[in-house]
Amino acid sequence: MSKRKVKNDHMPVGECITQVQKILRERLCHQQLPQKLVGVEAQHKHLLELLKRTAIHGESNSVLIVGPRGAGKTMLLKCVLRDLLEEKEVQKNLLQVYLNGLLQTDDRIALKEITRQLHLENVVGDRVFGSFAENLAFLLDALKKGDRSSSCPVLFILDEFDLFAHHKNQTLLYNLFDVSQSAQAPIAVVGLTCRLDVLELLEKRVKSRFSHRQIHLLSSLTFSQYLDQVQAQLSLAHDFPDTKFAEDWNAGIKTLCEDKSVEEVLQKHFNSSKDFRSKHMLLMLCLSRVSVANPAIKPADVLEASRLCLADAKANMLHGLSILELCLIIAMKHLNDIYEGEPFNLQMVHNEFKKFLQRKSNSMYNYDQPVVMKAFEHLQQLELIRPVDGSLAKTQREYQLMRLMLDHSQIMESLQKYPQCPTDVKQWAMSAFG
Amino acid sequence: MTYFTRQRVRRVYKWRGEPLSFNRKLKTYEYSSLAISVEGLARATIITTGQHILIEGEDDDNPYVARVVRLFGDESGKQKKAVVQWFVRVSEVPPFKLKLLGRKPHPQEIFYYQGRSCDDEVDAESILRPVQVKRLVGAAPFPDSDDKDTLYVKLSWDSKTFKVMESEPSLASSPPACPKPSLPPSPPCSPPAAALASRAPPRHVLPTPDPAVMRRATSGEVRCNGATMSTGKAGAMEAESLHSATKLSASKCLSSKRRNASARTPGVRKKLELCSPEKMTRDDMLLQLLDKELEKEAMLVQRPPSSPLHTLDLVERLTPIRRAHRAPVAKDAVPVTPSTLVINKLSASEMDSPPSSARDDSTRATTPSQKTEVKALKEPALGVLAEVDDENSPVLPAAITPRGSKRKSAQLVSSRIRKQLNLLDTQDLSSDGDDEDEFLPSKKEQQSSSEEEEAGLDSEEEVVMKRGRHTAAGSHTPRSKRKTRSSMRTPRKTPSKKTTPSTPRTPRHATPSIPSRSLPARQPANVLEEARERLHVSSVPESLPCREQEFQDIYSFVESRIIDGTGGCMYISGVPGTGKTATVHEVMRCLQRAADEDEIPPFHFIEINGMKMTDPHQAYVQVLQKLTGQKATADHAAALLEKRFDNPAPRKETTVLLVDELDLLWTRKQNVMYNLFDWPTRRHARLVVLTIANTMDLPERIMINRVASRLGLTRMSFQPYSFKQLQQIIMSRLNKAKAFEEDALQLVSRKVAALSGDARRCLDICRRATEICEHSATGLVGMSHVMEALNEMFSSSYIMAIKCASVQEQLFLRAVIAEFRRLGLEEATFQQVFVQHQALCRVEGLKPISVSEGLAVCQRLGACRLLLLEPSHLGVMQRIRLNVSQDDVLYALKAD
Repeated sequence: MSKRKVKNDHMPVGECITQVQKILRERLCHQQLPQKLVGVEAQHKHLLELLKRTAIHGESNSVLIVGPRGAGKTMLLKCVLRDLLEEKEVQKNLLQVYLNGLLQTDDRIALKEITRQLHLENVVGDRVFGSFAENLAFLLDALKKGDRSSSCPVLFILDEFDLFAHHKNQTLLYNLFDVSQSAQAPIAVVGLTCRLDVLELLEKRVKSRFSHRQIHLLSSLTFSQYLDQVQAQLSLAHDFPDTKFAEDWNAGIKTLCEDKSVEEVLQKHFNSSKDFRSKHMLLMLCLSRVSVANPAIKPADVLEASRLCLADAKANMLHGLSILELCLIIAMKHLNDIYEGEPFNLQMVHNEFKKFLQRKSNSMYNYDQPVVMKAFEHLQQLELIRPVDGSLAKTQREYQLMRLMLDHSQIMESLQKYPQCPTDVKQWAMSAFG
Repeated sequence: MTYFTRQRVRRVYKWRGEPLSFNRKLKTYEYSSLAISVEGLARATIITTGQHILIEGEDDDNPYVARVVRLFGDESGKQKKAVVQWFVRVSEVPPFKLKLLGRKPHPQEIFYYQGRSCDDEVDAESILRPVQVKRLVGAAPFPDSDDKDTLYVKLSWDSKTFKVMESEPSLASSPPACPKPSLPPSPPCSPPAAALASRAPPRHVLPTPDPAVMRRATSGEVRCNGATMSTGKAGAMEAESLHSATKLSASKCLSSKRRNASARTPGVRKKLELCSPEKMTRDDMLLQLLDKELEKEAMLVQRPPSSPLHTLDLVERLTPIRRAHRAPVAKDAVPVTPSTLVINKLSASEMDSPPSSARDDSTRATTPSQKTEVKALKEPALGVLAEVDDENSPVLPAAITPRGSKRKSAQLVSSRIRKQLNLLDTQDLSSDGDDEDEFLPSKKEQQSSSEEEEAGLDSEEEVVMKRGRHTAAGSHTPRSKRKTRSSMRTPRKTPSKKTTPSTPRTPRHATPSIPSRSLPARQPANVLEEARERLHVSSVPESLPCREQEFQDIYSFVESRIIDGTGGCMYISGVPGTGKTATVHEVMRCLQRAADEDEIPPFHFIEINGMKMTDPHQAYVQVLQKLTGQKATADHAAALLEKRFDNPAPRKETTVLLVDELDLLWTRKQNVMYNLFDWPTRRHARLVVLTIANTMDLPERIMINRVASRLGLTRMSFQPYSFKQLQQIIMSRLNKAKAFEEDALQLVSRKVAALSGDARRCLDICRRATEICEHSATGLVGMSHVMEALNEMFSSSYIMAIKCASVQEQLFLRAVIAEFRRLGLEEATFQQVFVQHQALCRVEGLKPISVSEGLAVCQRLGACRLLLLEPSHLGVMQRIRLNVSQDDVLYALKAD
């Protein structure tokens, strides 16, 4: 065994850790495609065959991939394309056009993008790309000239498909679907959307031209599968340079996943959402706690990461408030209790606060009106309170009606954690009525 | 004969003499003769009744031929009309009908027209000039003359058959008894030679009256030329030969000035011929002559010499004037471009073949003798052309080009342009469709091109002039055209590229297309794949079953309008996928076939779609472009169309316009719809408008009264297909390919008929069923496969989505329902629902979630549209509604 091999087998821990973080980050953040899709084989097959027919037989098609956010729609499509492009026959024969409803916000931009991606602007040379109408006519001519057997199939991928349905007259969709239903250049239109009611957005003639193929990506994942996925995603592959380290790491991950507390945390996440993005988020937070001093993921890391993930944003914001602002919030809470959610104004809040000072307070003293006003405005800037929609801007600020944007549980939770909160304030908050 | 100019001068039409009679009823005056004079020129051409004339038509090279029967105008003198008897040229007879003739038609032959579909009343302002028509009887052979301006009539043509012309009074008595005091243009039917001989000398007032010219003109050598032209030409020839050595700068200035002034209007050339020869400058005649010879050359080059269509001796006769060669080529280059472009636009497909040969020709034309020159001018020529482009203002050409300095560049330009011209005019001719044989480079061509070099010094003058013309003629063309030309040039920049005709050449009118596939599409391999191909909506079926009645109605409507030469509107409604557009297309295909077989007069079918335009006013642009190939802005297009449909242009074909998705042409003032429906009502429009939309009562709902009234009451509605019809449609598409079980078909058609009656849906389901069947590897598509496909396409995914949601999401939905029940409303704020959610969590034994998490759950459900939410910035205050029925939610959650 060569010396180099030995050296390779036992890399310094620091290097190993760097390697691990690099590999896992790629998996979690770069959305590296998995070798094999789990749970969506049928959809994969359907889509693959559909696109293959377009590429090989020149059959026009349209299909929608529908699924909630983070269900793996794009991943499915990318996997299918990866598999599809492995075939030589397809490789040379398929043009792809990617559009995103968030980027191509109207048909004019979309048409330009299509022309660019099809490299048609080279054909027209330095012709100035004129009006929208000209663009449309140009593109339609281009597509019309093609026919089933001789032109190269074009794959149109419309991400955020539902947003295209909001374009004026749905011109783009109509024309794409119309091409797909007539003897013109073969195209496949693949739409990705998370809206289940997307077909209702389509105008009736656009809808009629759509083939009504929908691929639903609804993950019926069970918790054990979820656990397996987590374990697989954190494990290292066999080709890791330092085999010893890899074995140790994998064993560590295995015990981690069997740990009761970890399982509980993961169960909670699983209950909350099956979205792979939130899972990746959790795992990323765990991973970032790995260092030379802490070379493996421990259950405590997972708990901490979970705590960060599930932390309540508004309650966290309350921690940064001054005592006066906190007192105002508590006064508002009491007002809400008394008036059953009716809006309030600064004057009412201030009165409530003054009542508290008179009756119970021994650590707090009264503030001037301008100081209270300032605190009130700060709360409004933090959007912890919002003016009522109908209230006029003309009204004096003291009398502008406001609503509290916090839930009681959030207030109580943050009071528990507030550093050095005076006990009388706490008691006031917990008392039933001011 | 081809005139490459598209310039036009303003002609002034005046009645001559007192009206012969007055028609009280119609309030028209009848006149015996009409004087046409060209602005700026004193001479006038006189048109009298009985005379044969050329009438402006769509093809400037082949104007219509007719004989004046009557001339009349209204009291104010504003409207001048002529009643004419038409003649058709060989080129106007459909090619396949020419076979009936049983012999090769003489190129100068015309036929006495007896068809019905032509309006015999024309606007007098469309008259171009008189022409000579000779009648030949029986089997008399065509005179073997090389004249291009005498036309021969032998037979009559009634759009079906050729007949021997009976004793036609008009031709016999063609020299009418009209007064012609001292007016040179004679009634054309007098024996040409004699007439010329007698009349030529006085008419022949050239700037340089030359005995030689006279002699030649009178000697009858050129007797065959048209009355006025002949002398002009002869004179020009002579003048040319006499003055070849001298600089023609003075006259050139004059002529170029005039040309600039009249550059806007195409047809200056004709005008020059029309007007009297006295005013012709030597230049103009020179140009004419040159043009003429050039055409010959082009034709010669293009056709095999044996072609009977063109006589060759004229060329021979003209060749001695050597200098004539190079200049015309170059000169014509400019006027040609617009027309070629138009042609190309019109027939993009047709274009594919000619250019290659044309390019061949141009490349071959630059044979070794030229090589050196080509090399030399590669770089500088670009600059020169660019310079030409800049000269948009009509400056006197002599002023722009200092003689000495431009000498070389001028040469370059001339040769450059000449080359392009070769390309262009062969293309022009070949796309005229006479024949597209492979082109043989003639000796003449090479000769002239090699002469180019020697004559370079002399040609400078012409080049300068040509520049002036270039700018004048080109000033109204869009700039991109020049770009086009410069890009056309690029492929020939290097000698190696010269021989590759496949390089993309003229991008302007070349419609870009999707690149073609590298491997051929695979053909269907088994019965299921074949069925799938047939069932695709795009495949055009042999016939349209179940729409026979509608087909018949539309067919007879359009056919009757075409035959009568009238216009009309029809409104077709029906829900999507009921075959409206398909039926209309089928009707048009049938009518086109009928027109091809000459059962009905020819017509023009164009189609616009409201969804395929970005703005309702684009409709005008698209109609105009499809009708004439012109490009214009919406307003301009509307004006042009208005003019087109309003003017009593002669021999107009009926236009059938299909307007799909009519409702999208709605504008606030409804002027687009108004115009579309108003045009057919015009007397001369001959426009049939078929409109398609989805709603039956569209006219009542969105149209204001004056629009709805013009649309009329010819309506038709396509009912959704019944299940039997759907079944029949699938059967006819499958065409005996046995892929489906009977029951399966029935199930599909019944299901679709019950839902929408949309044939597209039906076909899509069948297609999907074949796919499913393919997986299960059974032979026929059975009930189970169809059921699966139906489920896939029609079942709502909400229930499945709820079942697949995470635990918290399901709980949240339950909390929503609980809150709704508590409130008795279908709406609640997040805060309220969240309280319920916390309670439910405790019941279920789950740890309560934080508000942020709860909001995230709520947002996820909102993104799927299981819930309808207010904007998320409202936080806990946002209101929540269910987008699914409560029962569905409960059902989905219970089944868990």
